[in-house]
Amino acid sequence: MYKIVEKEQLSENVFKFIVEAPLIAKSHKPGNFIILRISEKGERMPLTIVDTDKEKGTIMLIAQKVGYSSTKFCDMKVGDCLTDLVGPLGKPTDIKKVGTFLALGGGVGNAPLLPIVRGFKEAGNRVITVLAARTKSLIILEDELRKYSDEVIIMTDDGSYGNKGNVTVGAEMVMKREKVDECIAIGPAIMMKFAALKTKEYNVPTQCSLNTIMVDGTGMCGACRVTVGGKTKFTCVDGPEFDAHQIDFDEMLSRLRCYKAEEDEAKAKL
Amino acid sequence: MSDMNDIFAKDREETWREELRNKTPMKERTAIERVKMNEIAPAERIKSQTIEVNTGLTKEQAVLEATRCMDCPNHPCTEGCPVGINIPKFVKNIERGEFEEAAATLKEFSALPAVCGRVCPQEKQCESKCTYLKMKKPAVAIGYLERFAADYERLNGIEPKLPKMEKKNGIKVAAVGSGPSALSFAGDMAKAGYDVTVFEALHEIGGVLKYGIPEFRLPNSIVDLELANLSKMGVKFEKNFVVGKTATFDDLKAQGFKAFYVGSGAGFPNFMNIPGENLNGVMSSNEYLTRVNLMGANREDTDTPVLKGKVVVVVGGGNTAMDSVRTSKRLGADRSIIVYRRSRDEMPARLEEVKHAEEEGVEFMTLHNPIEYIAGENGRVAKVRLQKMELGEPDASGRRRPVEIPGAIEELDVDIVVVAIGVSPNPLIPSCLPELKQGKKGTIEVNPESNQASMEEIFAGGDIVRGGATVILAMGDGRRAAAGMDKYLKEKYLK
Repeated sequence: MYKIVEKEQLSENVFKFIVEAPLIAKSHKPGNFIILRISEKGERMPLTIVDTDKEKGTIMLIAQKVGYSSTKFCDMKVGDCLTDLVGPLGKPTDIKKVGTFLALGGGVGNAPLLPIVRGFKEAGNRVITVLAARTKSLIILEDELRKYSDEVIIMTDDGSYGNKGNVTVGAEMVMKREKVDECIAIGPAIMMKFAALKTKEYNVPTQCSLNTIMVDGTGMCGACRVTVGGKTKFTCVDGPEFDAHQIDFDEMLSRLRCYKAEEDEAKAKL
Repeated sequence: MSDMNDIFAKDREETWREELRNKTPMKERTAIERVKMNEIAPAERIKSQTIEVNTGLTKEQAVLEATRCMDCPNHPCTEGCPVGINIPKFVKNIERGEFEEAAATLKEFSALPAVCGRVCPQEKQCESKCTYLKMKKPAVAIGYLERFAADYERLNGIEPKLPKMEKKNGIKVAAVGSGPSALSFAGDMAKAGYDVTVFEALHEIGGVLKYGIPEFRLPNSIVDLELANLSKMGVKFEKNFVVGKTATFDDLKAQGFKAFYVGSGAGFPNFMNIPGENLNGVMSSNEYLTRVNLMGANREDTDTPVLKGKVVVVVGGGNTAMDSVRTSKRLGADRSIIVYRRSRDEMPARLEEVKHAEEEGVEFMTLHNPIEYIAGENGRVAKVRLQKMELGEPDASGRRRPVEIPGAIEELDVDIVVVAIGVSPNPLIPSCLPELKQGKKGTIEVNPESNQASMEEIFAGGDIVRGGATVILAMGDGRRAAAGMDKYLKEKYLK
């Protein structure tokens, strides 16, 4: 069950997996995520479903080696099986015709961005995608995202590819020159925070997909709680996408560091 | 239940029961003192999350305690049991030494007797109706005897006997969730001949019995044994399956499922919505207990961490609060403190849990209510501000309402706060059935007689209907729903 049938390295620390999961492949919608465990003693780890193949009954997952469990997952090989895989979880993205849609991806955030970009393109929108990373080799899924975008703008911190600058600079270039009807930003929390501040200046309604700490992913534990518009929400069942202009990113950034000491300790064991 | 009373009365007339009644004079029975449960000493048991505190009764203790039971003609104890167990029959079987027969009696009525014998609030149920109380003496220890009978086969290497099974009728039914309510439903439906599949969202079967109740109170091996019995009865289990998401109700109907029992529980933790509640180090009891009980964060060889601290405050006065605070002791806290806004008398927890917590060194700050959490370094909680309370007039629950004492506020240094103030129905499953009639707080509305919901093929029970109750009430719902669904399906498909 849940066999890994394909694996590909996308950048230094980012890996793509194709996993057998016929029921999830069938019922998935853009924005949904899964929770997996790599062993009987493993953590429950949430990951967005990047793509599916309903006929083959497979789903695509993309993970980055960050902590202990994600590193162990990224070290798995073709033919290995995940111990557990459940989903699709979370509310799907509200995909509709809006006009011009701006998609902002930072680092591994390009992965959850892909099904959303595709959805908005297929819904008849003009899609402008800004992809940002520290350096050229860390831009992932560029070809796939180009396929569903009317325009792709690349931003790198070191200027090794595309324009020099971060995602916010790229977003502003677009918003300055034309009217954007809706925006989504997915990436590291700090990137989403500043992207949201920028789109707010231009009054562009913006969503962010959050990658909070989760345990069960079904509304049971509340580890994923986040303050949106002054109210506590659960990312797993109320999200993972929220109105970016209402999210308390500083609280979220702090909550993401909750288990930092334990994670560092575990990582040292690798 | 009147027909059950007839059956109970007939059972009571059996020769062996009569002989047993005549064997020991009433005076001798009532002179026996209520048995004390054997326990592991507090200093020893808090060394591990998995040492079960109670160790059960010996045969001799059980027989003597069963002898106290007067086999009353009107058996009031049975009225106190939400699943309607024939209590005198199993107790008298213990008295005459027919322990396997006692176990078989339990299994006729309950899918999880070894669980109930450990976690039921007997003092509020069967034992609260015991005739001994009217005589100003402690009730017969029905809960301890239930545990003894339910454990007997396992402890003596006897292959557990399956209950009487009806011929298979080939009708497929599903249970959504695998907690006590769904398991009780599944057991009864399997007995009645149905083809039952239990769908669970998590990676373990058992619901709150696995993720919630700690092993020092209910070992996983006990739950697994009950699950194995259900498997032998033909119940199928599907883990990692969220009904409504992984596959829709309609998908399952297309696969031949004729009816569904939704026992998805009240897994949604309540918070108080006070300042600082989202600070790191403040978490729900669900999160705390799930990390430890389901994910094994207390063990070195698992990957899931749990925050630890020297001073742990647990907010609440129920069983979950006791489970959390006692878990913190076992994880090495120096001070484990219950903060509860009412007094000891109003605590909803089982008496035994409060007693055990106290023996283990848990501190109780009753008549205190948190009003704010204050951060220290790195956004971690460092202090809690507590409002002192006093008791006022009784409220809707009949308990005296806690009232703030103006200006009486104190601060307490803390490392970890666990919020255990109750749960709400988990919206995940009901949200997949928008046509389903729901109550105000997201519960599923059902006919109280049959537990049938507003859609005819959907039945529901346990916390998703009640909004937060006990294992045994959830099991009672499962039984009632099984009877209701059996009637519905027979009328529709087997006429």
